[in-house]
Amino acid sequence: MGNGMAGSRLAAEVRARDADLTITVVGAEARGPYNRVLLSNVLAGTASPEQVRLPAQAGDGVNVRLGVTVTAIDRAAREVRTADGWREPYDVLVLATGSEAVVPRIPGAGRAIALRTMDDCDRILAAARTATSAVVVGGGLLGVEAARGLAGRGLRVTLLHRTGHLMDRQLDAEAGLVLGEALAGLGVTVRTGARVAAIRARGVELSTGEVLPAGLVVLACGVRPVTGLAEDAGLEVGQGVVVDDRLRTADPAIYAIGECAQHDGTVYGLVAPAWEQAAVVADLITGADPSARYRGSRLVTRLKARSVELAAMGETHLAEDPAGAVEVVMFTHRARGIYRKLVIRDDRLVGAILLGEAPTVGTLTQLYDRGGPLPGDPAGLLFPGLDDAVPADTPVRMPDSARVCECNNVTKGRIRACWEAGARDLAAVTAATRATTGCGSCADAVEGLIGWLCAQEEEVPV
Amino acid sequence: MKRPESTIGSMPISLSPRASVMSPAHVGAATHCPYCALQCGMYVTREPGAGDGAVTVTPRQDVPANEGALCQKGWTAAELLTGGARLTTPLARERRDGPLVPVTWDDALDRVAAGVRAIQERHGADAVAVFGGGGLTNEKAYQLGKFARVALRTSQIDYNGRFCMSSAAAAAGRAFGMDRGLPFPITDLAGAEAVLLAGGNVAETMPPFMRHLRGALIVADPRETRTARRAALHLRLAPGTDLALALGLLHIAITEGYADEPYIAARTTGFEAVRASVATWWPERAERVTGVPVADLREAVRLLGTARTAVILTGRGAEQHAKGVDTVTAFIDLALALGLPGRAGSGYGCLTGQGNGQGGREHGQKADQLPGYRRIDDQAARAHVARVWGVDPAELPGPGRSAYELLDALGTPGGPKGLLVFGSNPVVSAPRSGHVAGRLAALDLLVVSDLVLSETAAMADVVLPTTQWAEEHGTMTNLEGRVLLRRQALAPPPGVRGDLEILADLAARLGRPGFSGDAGVVFDELRRASAGGIADYAGITYERIAAETGVFWPAPSEDHPGTPRPFLDRFPTPDGRARFVPVDYRPPAEEVDDDYPYYLTTGRVLAQYQSGAQTRRIHALNDAAPGPYAELHPGLAARLGVSTGDMVRVESRRGATEAVARVSAAIRHDTIFMPFHWEGVNRLTNPALDPVSRMPEFKVCAVRVRRPDAPGGSEGERGRRP
Repeated sequence: MGNGMAGSRLAAEVRARDADLTITVVGAEARGPYNRVLLSNVLAGTASPEQVRLPAQAGDGVNVRLGVTVTAIDRAAREVRTADGWREPYDVLVLATGSEAVVPRIPGAGRAIALRTMDDCDRILAAARTATSAVVVGGGLLGVEAARGLAGRGLRVTLLHRTGHLMDRQLDAEAGLVLGEALAGLGVTVRTGARVAAIRARGVELSTGEVLPAGLVVLACGVRPVTGLAEDAGLEVGQGVVVDDRLRTADPAIYAIGECAQHDGTVYGLVAPAWEQAAVVADLITGADPSARYRGSRLVTRLKARSVELAAMGETHLAEDPAGAVEVVMFTHRARGIYRKLVIRDDRLVGAILLGEAPTVGTLTQLYDRGGPLPGDPAGLLFPGLDDAVPADTPVRMPDSARVCECNNVTKGRIRACWEAGARDLAAVTAATRATTGCGSCADAVEGLIGWLCAQEEEVPV
Repeated sequence: MKRPESTIGSMPISLSPRASVMSPAHVGAATHCPYCALQCGMYVTREPGAGDGAVTVTPRQDVPANEGALCQKGWTAAELLTGGARLTTPLARERRDGPLVPVTWDDALDRVAAGVRAIQERHGADAVAVFGGGGLTNEKAYQLGKFARVALRTSQIDYNGRFCMSSAAAAAGRAFGMDRGLPFPITDLAGAEAVLLAGGNVAETMPPFMRHLRGALIVADPRETRTARRAALHLRLAPGTDLALALGLLHIAITEGYADEPYIAARTTGFEAVRASVATWWPERAERVTGVPVADLREAVRLLGTARTAVILTGRGAEQHAKGVDTVTAFIDLALALGLPGRAGSGYGCLTGQGNGQGGREHGQKADQLPGYRRIDDQAARAHVARVWGVDPAELPGPGRSAYELLDALGTPGGPKGLLVFGSNPVVSAPRSGHVAGRLAALDLLVVSDLVLSETAAMADVVLPTTQWAEEHGTMTNLEGRVLLRRQALAPPPGVRGDLEILADLAARLGRPGFSGDAGVVFDELRRASAGGIADYAGITYERIAAETGVFWPAPSEDHPGTPRPFLDRFPTPDGRARFVPVDYRPPAEEVDDDYPYYLTTGRVLAQYQSGAQTRRIHALNDAAPGPYAELHPGLAARLGVSTGDMVRVESRRGATEAVARVSAAIRHDTIFMPFHWEGVNRLTNPALDPVSRMPEFKVCAVRVRRPDAPGGSEGERGRRP
C-alpha cells in the first residue's frame, strides 16, 4: 500500500531479489512514483517534473494500481479493499502510506496550499505565475526550500516561523540566525516568533493583527503519518505504525516502512531510512536474507536551495560538557554566511552543522555516518588543508634531497652538481640528468633552479 | 568508404623477420618500451665493440604516444638485458622440497610433457591449466590460447589481464559493441577542453601521457596523487564509491540541462531507463555516499558540460571492484548523455595498464574467448577458428574458469593439478595472494616461463628461461588499439628461448604439430584467425606497421587504412547505436567496521612496474622506490604513534603484512594506500568478484593497522587522539 518513494522502492528491491513473486502496488496518487525529495527543486525550477520521475515497476511484472484509494484492511481474510470495490488478497502486506501535510486549524486555511505532492507543486506553480508576493508558513526544511525557490522565481517572499529560529529541529539558535541572514540576502523576508491567526483573501493575518499581503500562501507546517487504516485494522499505532526490527507489526503478515512506520520510538521523515527499510523487508519477504534487521538510521539533513549550503546531522543541540564528555568545536563568520559546528563525544562526531561554503561536508558526513574515531585535530575537519605541509616552492628553501623531476628521480642536489660540472642551460641539464623527459611538468622548476644557480654565481665576487 | 572484403585463405604472408624490416638500423632498433600500455617508442642500441655492458636506450620522436619523452623506467630498461638477474638455463627440482637445479632444455621440456601427460591421463584434459599475461606479444598471447585449446585441449586458460582490463572491456563491449581502450588516437586528447579521469594516476603510471592532457583536468581518486595535484578539480571520493559518483554526475548532467538530446536521439538507445534510474541519485545523496561535496560534483559537470570537446577516462581505480562493470557503465552512460563518444575530439576511453593489455585481451588467452575478440561459445566463431587451426570445431573446449577462480581451484579435488604460467607472477599480483600461493603449492606440476626468478617461478617444478622485449620481435597493441612492432635489438643470451619456440616444442612433444616458433609465421596465422572478428588484424603486416608507425585495428584487408576512430559514423552494435544501460550502486563487498575500521586501497608508484619482477631488479628504480610502504593520514599516524619511516602492520581478514609508514595528508583520513609491487600487500586484498567480468575487488577492503610491537586485534589503535 503506497506508491511513493518507499513503496516503489520496495517493489524494485523485491523484484531484484525474486523474479516470480506477484507484486501489487496500490497508490492513491494518479501519477507514477516520483522523487518527493526533489519537489522543492521543481518548485524552484531547477528540475522539471519529468526529471524527478522514478523508474516505473510495471514493466517488470509488477501490478501497479494508480489513483486507487484503499478503504480497509481485512486481516482475517488477508485482503485489502479499495474505493472502487476491488478486493486484493495478500500473503504479505507492506504499509508504505507515507504521511500527509499538517494543515493548521485556522480560519481560511483552505485558501493556502500545503506542499506535499506533485499536484500541490503544480498548483503552487500555477499561482506563482500571477502572484507577485508569497507567504510561506513554517520555517522547517521544506519551508526554507520553498521560500528560497519562490524567491528565485521573482516573487517577494515572507517566511513565517513560530519559534525563535529557523529549522529549530536541526539547528541551534545561532545557525538559525545565520541561515535567516543568508535567506534575507536572497530576497526572503524572515519573520520568526510569528503566529498565524488566519488566512484572508488578501494575505496572512498574524496574531498581532498585522496582515501580510500575499497572492500565494504556502503551508509547510510539518507532516503526520497516515495510519488510519492500520488503526482501523487493530494494529498498534503510536505516532506511526509500530514495527519491530523486522519492520513487522504484531500481525506477522503486515509490515510498515517509510514515514508511516514507527521503529524504536522514531518516525523517520527522510528518504534514506525508508530505503534502508525497504531493503530489509525485501530481504525478509523473499527469503534472500532471513537474518536482515533494521537497527535505526543516522539522520543527515541537507538543504536543497540554490546559493545556500547547509548540512545538519545528529545531536546539534548538545552543549559543551564541563567534564569534557562533550566537546564543541565552532567557527563563525557571519559576514560571509559561514557557521560550522562539530559536536564530539567519546572521540566520535555525534553532531554537526555546516552552513555556508563547506569543503569538508563530505568528510564530516561520512565520519558521522560511520561513527569512526576522529582523525587527529578536529580543526583539520573545519579547515581542509590545515594538515598539509607547506611545500618549499622556491629553490632557496628547497633541500638538496627534494625531488624536482619525479619521473626520472632527479633531486635539486643532482641538478646543482650537474650545474657545477658545467651544465648552464635546460638542454644540458636534461642531457645529463634526464630531468623533464617524462611528464614534462618540471621544466619550469628546472629552469628556475638553473636561473637561480646562475644568479647566485653572479652575486659571488670571484 | 566501402570496406574491402576480408581475405581469409589467400592472405599474403609477411616477409621473414630476417628481412630488412626487422633488422636493427645503425641508430639501434626502433622498438618500444617493455613496460606499460603507452608503449613509448625507443631505440635500443648495442654500442659497437663495447662488449656486454653497453646497451643504451634513447627515446623515439616518431611515436605519437611519447614523442621523445620517457620516464625513468623506460630510460633504465636496458639494465635487465645485461645484468646478472637473468635466468639463462632451465631449472628443475628432483623432489617437491628439493632445490631448483640447472637442467638441459630437452630434459626440462621432457619433464613438462611427461608431467602434463601423466596428469591428463589420470584426471582428464582440464586437469592442466594455463595462466598467461598482458605483457605477452600478440603472437605469444595467440599461440598460448591455441596451445591450451589444441595441444592441451583444456578449457582452463585465463590470464592476469582479468585483474586489469576485464571490467572496462565488458562495459565497453556492452555499450559500444567493441572494446578498444581509446577509440581515438591519443593525440586527440590534446584538443579536449575537459578531461575527467576516474581512478587513474597517469603522472606516475605512464608519465608521458600527461603531455597529452591540455584541457581542464578533473581527477576522481581517494588520494591526492601526483595526477590529482595537476588537476583543476580533485574529487576525493571514498574508496569503492566510484559508481555513486558517476550516477550523481549523470543526475546533475540531466537535471541541469547538459544532456545532448539530439545526439541521444540519433546515436543511442535506452536513455529513458537510465534517466529514470538516476532520478534517485540527487547530488546530496551522492555526496553522502562518496564524500565529494555537492559543489564539486556540480563543478565537475559544469566543466564537462560546457566544454566543446570533452573526454571521460576510467582507470583501475574505478574498475577493480566487484561492481567494476557497472561503474564503467555509469561513466559511459555519463559520456553518452553528454554526447561524447563517436564525436571528433571527444569520447570515452579506458586506460589500458599492461604493455600489451589491449592485444592480450583480444586473441584468445581469456577463458571465454577465441582470436579476433570472438566468443568461445559462438558456433560461427568456433567454426572459423577451428578451420584456421585445422581441427574439428567440436574438439575445441568451451569456456573455462576466470583467473581468480582458476587459481582458487588449483590442487582441489575438481580443479587443475598442473599449471603452466607465461608472463605472470600471481604470487605477488593475485588477490588474497597468501591463499593463492597455497594453491600453487598444492599442484602436482607447476611450470613457469619467465626471464627472472620471480616469486612464482621460485615455486615451480620447472622454470623455463625466456627472451625479453629487446631480444625478440612481434607485435604489441597499445592503449589506443594501435598495433606496433617490437623489434629485436640484440640476440638473447645463450640458453634462453622465446615463448613461441617453447610452446612449439611442447606441442610437438604432446603430439600436436602445427605450432611455429617464428613470430612472423604466427602473426600471419593470427591475422587469418582474427579475420572477420571484432579485433580484425587481417590487413596488418609487419611492413605496414613499420611504414605507418602502427596500424589501428580493425583493418580487415591490406588496402584498408585501419580504423583510428571506429565510432565516428556508427557504433559496431547490430543497430549502429550505442546502448545506455541502467545500473545502480551497491557498497563495497567488505565495508569497514569496528574490527577493521579503515579502507585499504592499492596502486602503483612511478619507479616500479606491476609485480616488480623486472623493475625490482634494476638498481636506479630500487633507489627511487626501494620497498613497500603504507601511506597514512597524519591523524591516523598520531593515533598509532607512528612517524614516517616507522614500521606498521596492516591486517585484513585474509592476511597481514608490514611496511614502512609514510605520513601524508594526501590520503583520506579513513584510508590506507599501499603500492602492490612487492609480495605482501595482496595477501590483504579481497577476491570478491564482479558478477560479469570476474574482476576481483583489489581497490577496496577493510583493514586494521597498528605498530608491530603494539598488542594485536584492533586495540592497537584505539587510543584517544592526541
